[in-house]
Amino acid sequence: MVSRGLQTIAGIWRSRRIPLAWLLLTRQPMRLAVALAGIAFAGILMFMQLGFRDGLFEASVTVHKLFDADVVLLSPRTTSSIGMASFPRRRLVQTLADPDVIGISPVNWNLLLWRNPEARTTRSILTLGFEPDDPIFLDPSISSQARLLQNRGWVLFDERSRPEFGPVAAWLKQGRTVETEVSGERIRVAGLVSLGPSFGADGNMITSRETYQRLMPSSPPGSIELGLIRLRPGADPDAAVARLKRLLPGDVRVVTKAGFEELEKTYWRTSTAIGFIFTLGAGMGFVVGCVIVYQILYSDVSDHLPEYATLMAMGYRLPSLLGVVAREGLLLAVLGYLPAYVAGQGLYALVRSGTRLPVVMDPQRALLVFTMILVMCLGSAGLAMRRLGDADPAEIF
Amino acid sequence: MRSPTAIDKPTGGAAIAVRDLSHWYGRGDARRQVLQDVELSIDPGEVVLLTGPSGCGKTTLLTLVGALRQVQAGSVQLFGSELLGAGRRERQQLRRRIGMIFQGHNLLRCLTAEQNVQMGADLLADLGYRARRDQAREWLRAVGLGDHLGKLPHDLSGGQKQRVAIARALAARPELLLADEPTAALDSRSGREVVDLLRRLAREQGCAVLMVTHDPRILDVADRLLRMEDGRLFDHDPEAR
Repeated sequence: MVSRGLQTIAGIWRSRRIPLAWLLLTRQPMRLAVALAGIAFAGILMFMQLGFRDGLFEASVTVHKLFDADVVLLSPRTTSSIGMASFPRRRLVQTLADPDVIGISPVNWNLLLWRNPEARTTRSILTLGFEPDDPIFLDPSISSQARLLQNRGWVLFDERSRPEFGPVAAWLKQGRTVETEVSGERIRVAGLVSLGPSFGADGNMITSRETYQRLMPSSPPGSIELGLIRLRPGADPDAAVARLKRLLPGDVRVVTKAGFEELEKTYWRTSTAIGFIFTLGAGMGFVVGCVIVYQILYSDVSDHLPEYATLMAMGYRLPSLLGVVAREGLLLAVLGYLPAYVAGQGLYALVRSGTRLPVVMDPQRALLVFTMILVMCLGSAGLAMRRLGDADPAEIF
Repeated sequence: MRSPTAIDKPTGGAAIAVRDLSHWYGRGDARRQVLQDVELSIDPGEVVLLTGPSGCGKTTLLTLVGALRQVQAGSVQLFGSELLGAGRRERQQLRRRIGMIFQGHNLLRCLTAEQNVQMGADLLADLGYRARRDQAREWLRAVGLGDHLGKLPHDLSGGQKQRVAIARALAARPELLLADEPTAALDSRSGREVVDLLRRLAREQGCAVLMVTHDPRILDVADRLLRMEDGRLFDHDPEAR
């Protein structure tokens, strides 16, 4: 088998011809540079637009991912992290009737007004209230600081919040006591956590439910915005969701943790123009790239028309000449993708440090952009091939 | 006229056998006859020169014999295959057995001399890459360009380019060589060199040559001289002048 494969490869290698497509491109360095710049530009545009889009959607669930839960309860009126409605806490207690449920934790969730301790301006901050004894966070660095929150009025501040919230992290690291107001109540920053901003919230803070009640006196003590349910190891979350739906009345909504994240992403995808705008932006990059590559290949074929006609007169078949144009397209795609990929990596790093959005080069997007560049180049090559039909070997004498 | 006897009759090993060939350009009222009842036969190894005033149909005859144009009426047999009614694919296959040398050298600008010649050798499917490359070098040496293998066409003189074109045509091991005024762009000395080379190499290969030329200085290389006037072909008789 192997030796036969090697023989085939050796046979192909032996029967190879002059790499005409490669030579056509590389012996015209200016034209090649323009083509590659165009393709790389289109690729970078697609990387940026798709990166922003996915990064924004990914950022919208930073907080959702924190929780150690298999199933969550929500109010049916809840639309997203910035529109969390409350429901009675006893619904969460009721779920303990299910044999698979081994733990429950009530969580309060709302946007409150934070006063910048330096500039004294206010800004909305996403606030989570939980029982400090409950192990609700997956991140041990949050759980280890949870006991600090047993002090009334103490909060944990997200050090990756946008700078508009004040130099809280810097002050705290210098050893200063940071105190400020949230919703007009005095609070003290007891520690730092690292979460990151999202669509709905430029900053986050975590506190106890007791402190939360003080900050939100209007919210009744028995109401919560989120109920976390932990299942027995090995239990099927989907089956549990189905059972809990039967068990509970219609004033709560039961979803898995993944469903909770999906709900948030769907909200930003469908209720806002973000997905559309960025996808359109990527589409623009694709179109621009198509036009550039088509122009380059078309003029390349036109310039070499007498040479193609000569090759046809020599006995080269039209399909093998079409293959030359197709290979030019393929080479352009590969050569243009590489700088786009490298520049994309660099720009993502820039975006991460500039906006703190979780924009990373994920393999699926890298593949998607490569596929689009490939379609762009081969499609343009296909259109440029029509020009080859004008090559008439009878005209060259 | 399509005559069954012309198709079925064996050609006796001639490289080209043309009978009753007529050709027209245009349609309807604009239809104009360019070839009239042309008869021509060339044997392997024979060098035939074709002269005549411009516009008399020489180039049309070359394109028809070179399987570049569809035959309209009469019979053209190339190596025993009839071209009348032959399809695109069949003509392309036949063209692989014909070498062509053009008035303009028509080299590929982005390829070196060696690579240009190898484009000809690459048509030989049964040879490995190295063998074809070696052949390309061999041919360039044969035309006296062994020192210019890696040069691009624009670094070569007119005569050198034409010699590369000859090497390219011969590298495909043609059985028939068609040349259209190969010396037109050359001065008399390099023109002479090119045709002498062409004749010598064609003889060695047993390759039939049909060359169109206006150049009176090279007529003596021919085994046979033909003259074309107003689409008719005559045996050239220098004595008659």
